[in-house]
Amino acid sequence: MDLLLGAVVLGVLLGCFYAAVSVGLSVSFGLLDVPHVAHPAFLVLASYCVFLLNDRYDIDPLVAGLIITPLFFVFGLVAYRIYYEIFEKRGTDAAVRGIAFFFGIAFIIEVLIILQFGVDQQSVSASYIGKSWRFGEFRIPIRQLVAFAVALGLTSLLALYLSKTFMGRAIRAVAQDEEALRLMGANPVRIKQFAFGIATAVLGMAGALLIIVAPVEPTLDRAYIGRTFCVVVMAGLGSMTGTLVAAIILGVAETIVLTLFGASWAPAISFGMLLAVLAIRPQGLLGR
Amino acid sequence: MTKRSNSIAFWAGVAVFLVAVTAMTQIVRNEYPFFAGYVILQFVVLSVAWSILGGYAGYVNFGTNAFFGVGVYTAVALFKVSGAPLVVQIAAAGVVGMLLGLAVGLLTLRMRGIFFSIATIALAIIIETTVMNWRFVGGAAGIQLQRPPVMEPFDSYVKMLFFVQGVLVVIAVAIARYIQNSRIGRGLQALRDDELAAECTGVPTLKLKLVACMISGGLISAAGAPAAMYLQYADPSSAFNLSYSVSVLAMSLIGGTAHWIGPVLGAILLGTTQQLLAVTISSEVNVLVLGIMLVVFVVAAPKGIIGLLRPRYRLRAGGKT
Repeated sequence: MDLLLGAVVLGVLLGCFYAAVSVGLSVSFGLLDVPHVAHPAFLVLASYCVFLLNDRYDIDPLVAGLIITPLFFVFGLVAYRIYYEIFEKRGTDAAVRGIAFFFGIAFIIEVLIILQFGVDQQSVSASYIGKSWRFGEFRIPIRQLVAFAVALGLTSLLALYLSKTFMGRAIRAVAQDEEALRLMGANPVRIKQFAFGIATAVLGMAGALLIIVAPVEPTLDRAYIGRTFCVVVMAGLGSMTGTLVAAIILGVAETIVLTLFGASWAPAISFGMLLAVLAIRPQGLLGR
Repeated sequence: MTKRSNSIAFWAGVAVFLVAVTAMTQIVRNEYPFFAGYVILQFVVLSVAWSILGGYAGYVNFGTNAFFGVGVYTAVALFKVSGAPLVVQIAAAGVVGMLLGLAVGLLTLRMRGIFFSIATIALAIIIETTVMNWRFVGGAAGIQLQRPPVMEPFDSYVKMLFFVQGVLVVIAVAIARYIQNSRIGRGLQALRDDELAAECTGVPTLKLKLVACMISGGLISAAGAPAAMYLQYADPSSAFNLSYSVSVLAMSLIGGTAHWIGPVLGAILLGTTQQLLAVTISSEVNVLVLGIMLVVFVVAAPKGIIGLLRPRYRLRAGGKT
């Protein structure tokens, strides 16, 4: 019983971390309908940027995450502009070719990381990594707690931004009805571009969390395709509260299966849940 | 050209191809061309099969690796249980692949676009995980296989596999060509362009999708079956490698999916390039080239090579040949 309780606690911590790596996709795929399969690849790329800063200049990974956030914002602006010019502007079968396009991008990023850093796992060093808190029977690694706190903050911040600020509401408006926005004299493309920038900027911090929680390797993005899309689809496209709830459900499910059946079944959980959600309730838990 | 003379030309081409493949196995002594050629032919089958669903119907299947791996492991399991001959392994893999295709079709009936693609990725990972936990076929560590003695008239097993894959190419192309020119192909094209409109005008979209899923899946699995004997080894992470999906996607899109010749051209072009790169530079650069070519073609030549060669495909997807 204690074991199960421990699994649930760890699962909640892990779940909040999953929320942080998925909120960006929740904006780009959930709100903007961009088939962003390269999202996890961008995430791993961010982790390697953090690794570089930490390894070269001994900067704390969280600070490094903050440093690369503006860079990723610009990166996102450029990426959306390219995607828009090539696909959305021309209209026809944007979805099919868009997926292929982002898959190609993901593979290119993967290989460039391999060519630069090799296939080995890389990790960062910081004072809070490697220690843990003891609560009687079970221990909680402090790195998990740090990731949990930052992830929760990041997700809440983005949710607040989308619901309270003018730009945030504009982003949600463009997701609801692009034409209406155009009739109001606003430029939907610019708003979407900005939103995509935000979605990518969040990855700077999320990438830092990813490498804090565990070492990263170049092909890690493949596992996170399942996790991030599972969370976003289960959440109901574009719902921030839903993203947090879905991510916690996934985190708890993963740790429970891990404790009961062992690590070899772990990869199937996120994808299994994703498939189940797609087949049974495609609009998600808190669908719009 | 009339339909009849067209058919004659096609089957003459098939006959020439088969004679060439057979002659090559009898004349060429060096084994390397067969090692490389086998892989290229395999990708021709995979791409042609993929295009039946991905090209004609516009459903982008990212689970090519799922079907491929299922083919490999059907062959492995059969071989381990009864030492079944290669032909039986391939046929069984084809049947299992069709059943899997049916399951995928039923599960993803209402999904379109990216949701269908993600669902197929999910399925691939789930099946891979299951095979990893299946001790009988070696689990995550993989399994070594001993090739049975080679049959006449071939003097080495690889040459025989090369010939077998050549036959599979003919089967795949013949099926794809038949579908393209039949009611099925026209129905699939209709549902690709507008599923709702097709349904409203009486095209049995549901049935057609299931048929396309089954045929495409069965062919991919059949093409995967000989891979176990080719490598004399099978392990889940290489049998279910995502790069199969991306390669096949890239080959089909690069060639163009409106006509069966597109994936054939794409697979030959990209497959040969990959073989050359893997030998001369490294396998990482190989994947890089794959990614770049995929992006470049998707951006610059949406209809692929056949779109560049024959502008009429831009106006009218899928002609008669």
